[in-house]
Amino acid sequence: MDFTFAEQQIAFRDAVRKFLIIEAAPEMLREIWETKSGRSRELRCKLADQGLTAISVPETYGGIGLGDLDWILLQVELGYYAIPDSLSDTAYLASWLLEHLPADLALKREWLPRIAAGTARIAVGHPVNLLVADAELADLILLWHDDEIHGVTASDVKLTPQVSIDASRRLYAIEWSPSARTRLCSAKQGAGLWQQVLNRGALALAAQLLGLAQRMVDLGVDYAAQRKQFGKPVGAFQAVKHQLADVAVKIEFTKPVLFRAAYAVDRDLDDAAIQVSHAKLAAGDAARLAARNALQAHGAMGYTWEADLQMFMKRAWALDAAWGDRGFHKQRVADAIFADGAELGPGSTFN
Amino acid sequence: MRLEYTGPQKRFRLEVREWLAAHVPKATLPSFDTEVGFAEHRAWEASLAQGRFSAVTWPEAFGGRGCGLIEWLIFEEEYWRSSAPLRVNQNGIFLLAPTLMEFGTEAQKQRFLPKMATGEEIWAQGWSEPGAGSDMAAIRCTAQRDGDHYVINGQKTWSTRAVWADWLFGLFRSEPGSQRHHGLTFVLLPLKLPGITIRPIKQLNGLAGFAEIFFDNVRVPVENRLGDEGAGWNIAMATAGFERGLMLRSPGRFQQTAKLLVKLYQQNRERADADPAIRDAVMRSWMGAEAYTLATYRTACRLNKGAKIGAEASTNKIFWSELDLLMHETAMQILGPQGELMARSPEPADPGNGYSWLDGFLFSQAGPIYAGTNEIQRNIIAERMLGLPRA
Ligand SMILES: Cc1cc2nc3c(=O)[nH]c(=O)nc-3n(C[C@H](O)[C@H](O)[C@H](O)COP(=O)(O)OP(=O)(O)OC[C@H]3O[C@@H](n4cnc5c(N)ncnc54)[C@H](O)[C@@H]3O)c2cc1C
Repeated sequence: MDFTFAEQQIAFRDAVRKFLIIEAAPEMLREIWETKSGRSRELRCKLADQGLTAISVPETYGGIGLGDLDWILLQVELGYYAIPDSLSDTAYLASWLLEHLPADLALKREWLPRIAAGTARIAVGHPVNLLVADAELADLILLWHDDEIHGVTASDVKLTPQVSIDASRRLYAIEWSPSARTRLCSAKQGAGLWQQVLNRGALALAAQLLGLAQRMVDLGVDYAAQRKQFGKPVGAFQAVKHQLADVAVKIEFTKPVLFRAAYAVDRDLDDAAIQVSHAKLAAGDAARLAARNALQAHGAMGYTWEADLQMFMKRAWALDAAWGDRGFHKQRVADAIFADGAELGPGSTFN
Repeated sequence: MRLEYTGPQKRFRLEVREWLAAHVPKATLPSFDTEVGFAEHRAWEASLAQGRFSAVTWPEAFGGRGCGLIEWLIFEEEYWRSSAPLRVNQNGIFLLAPTLMEFGTEAQKQRFLPKMATGEEIWAQGWSEPGAGSDMAAIRCTAQRDGDHYVINGQKTWSTRAVWADWLFGLFRSEPGSQRHHGLTFVLLPLKLPGITIRPIKQLNGLAGFAEIFFDNVRVPVENRLGDEGAGWNIAMATAGFERGLMLRSPGRFQQTAKLLVKLYQQNRERADADPAIRDAVMRSWMGAEAYTLATYRTACRLNKGAKIGAEASTNKIFWSELDLLMHETAMQILGPQGELMARSPEPADPGNGYSWLDGFLFSQAGPIYAGTNEIQRNIIAERMLGLPRA
């Protein structure tokens, strides 16, 4: 039993963190998010230099060939620094899906090296999501159609932008017609792949929500330690302290659930789906409480556009309902624990 | 990361499971907060010790098996799964023993650990006083040095199982006039000494689960001091650390409750589903117990790799006590008008161990109070984990 990360995994996380502190500072993100595309080619290149786009791509295609467990600590950082959907969708989800498509070597040769190099953006349209994120800028859009997998480009489809309260999001309604030309994979093989993409999509967001929760607590703590009322920092008042402590408790007890879910996905364990749903629910809870309580610690400042808190808060609200909302994930947990003969109780956790 | 048991760990689980199946008393024992029940639980400790299962993590020399933390968790899972009796010597085995191993002399370990393992000596804790609850540094009970003895005077209170326990460990003010956490000494003393008066206190359920202890010139030999004179505070904090951290509430307990709650819900769907919030609470209970288990395994693995448990241990106490409240409040809601009834509900509605949902519900109300109230834990988290300014 070893429920810890390898030194290499921690070192990678630390390096990425060091990089993002500078390159994804809130004022820079604000600037990028105010542009039409909401994305920066320059930042993507820098992320690629850090190896972030190459993680999942097999070495034969110019990547690093790492897996879900290597991703998970990085996804927490992507959340903490509010890196928009396109990176994870491309480098984690699309990369995995393309690699696991049956046979189509030409397609893999075309796209996987570009993902690794950071020169392609790929959007993923899964039916659990109402809209497709980052579809307009995408070089390739992978779409679901009755469990089949289709690949289209933005020029093949009609995109209607839908504005989210989260300024980092670029969401599109998509109208398109599936054809033999766009089909990459049959429904028979696609069903399982889509299921796995769904688990990875939800897992990635669970990690990002955990990172967001931590960021919001940190912002709340910083603000409360500086802002003075009644002659002392408001963070010295217990009512403020205890609200932030409550978030710390939720965060502390989300981590192991998240890490176990990543392990289950990585090892393709039978119960991966329920572990992912548990993680998404726990992380969503932590992030929503963090948003509420960090805002409260900020007073009116928390209700402004100016305070950075809003960037992370809105992202948390949005991601909580993406890749399966609470009802969706609760249902998956319920199906598992209320099933006849479900193995529950002491000793059942790692079996 | 590798979340699997080794072959020997799997065999250990089976060994524990088989032993418990053969030895756990078939009839549920009366509560250990009664004289008869206390004696029967003591006898159960002796039989656990015979199987060398009463303190699996201790060195063999003291009656243990030298097991690691993962084996300890496996043992606890099997223990709760088997509905074995509650551990009457929990304060000794899980709280004092780790402290003794760290701070005790060889002679003290030899003297106290073996008899603790067999249940021959059951321990109570003496921290709280009428004027020192959350503010433990306000302790006034004195231990005045007189040659090779301490002379103890004053009063302790809320001492769990002290009505029938044999020994007490606690903090006493050994330096006259000292303030706060200075001048306190950690003392081990037999509860049958002359000058000690024990007054039982009835808890919510009407049983004498804890007691007040009055000391009137009670003479205790100096060799019963743990650690240095005046160094008691830090040693007590170590005990409190073990308590909050890992040993006080093992995950098996909550997983068993969660499993039984799922069962209770499924057997009472008609009534329970009239309030859709119940199903949600049952699910949150299961997820909470699972999260607590995972967190404990993670902590155990980190400790195995040399990490120290810091202020984050305070998150544990809050998490399990709130989870316990949620689970028992949910059970009471499912039981509806049956909930208030003192008679044991028909099987398998009750958790076992001679424990009813009502017993569990009452005891869950104490969780956020003992072992440092949850408000105190939140203060610790805010100041030492998050770094917020002190009040
Ligand atoms: C079932 C049970 C078993 C126990 N067993 C033992 C035992 O074996 N040995 C032993 O020594 N003691 C034992 N105790 C006592 C326990 O340790 C104390 O009850 C606990 O430390 C709280 O002290 P108090 O009861 O005096 O509450 P108080 O300290 O009077 O607290 C009352 C309320 O005020 C709040 N409060 C106090 N100070 C602060 C603060 N600084 N900030 C915010 N809120 C604050 C508390 O959180 C609480 O809500 C037991 C208690 C229970 C319920």
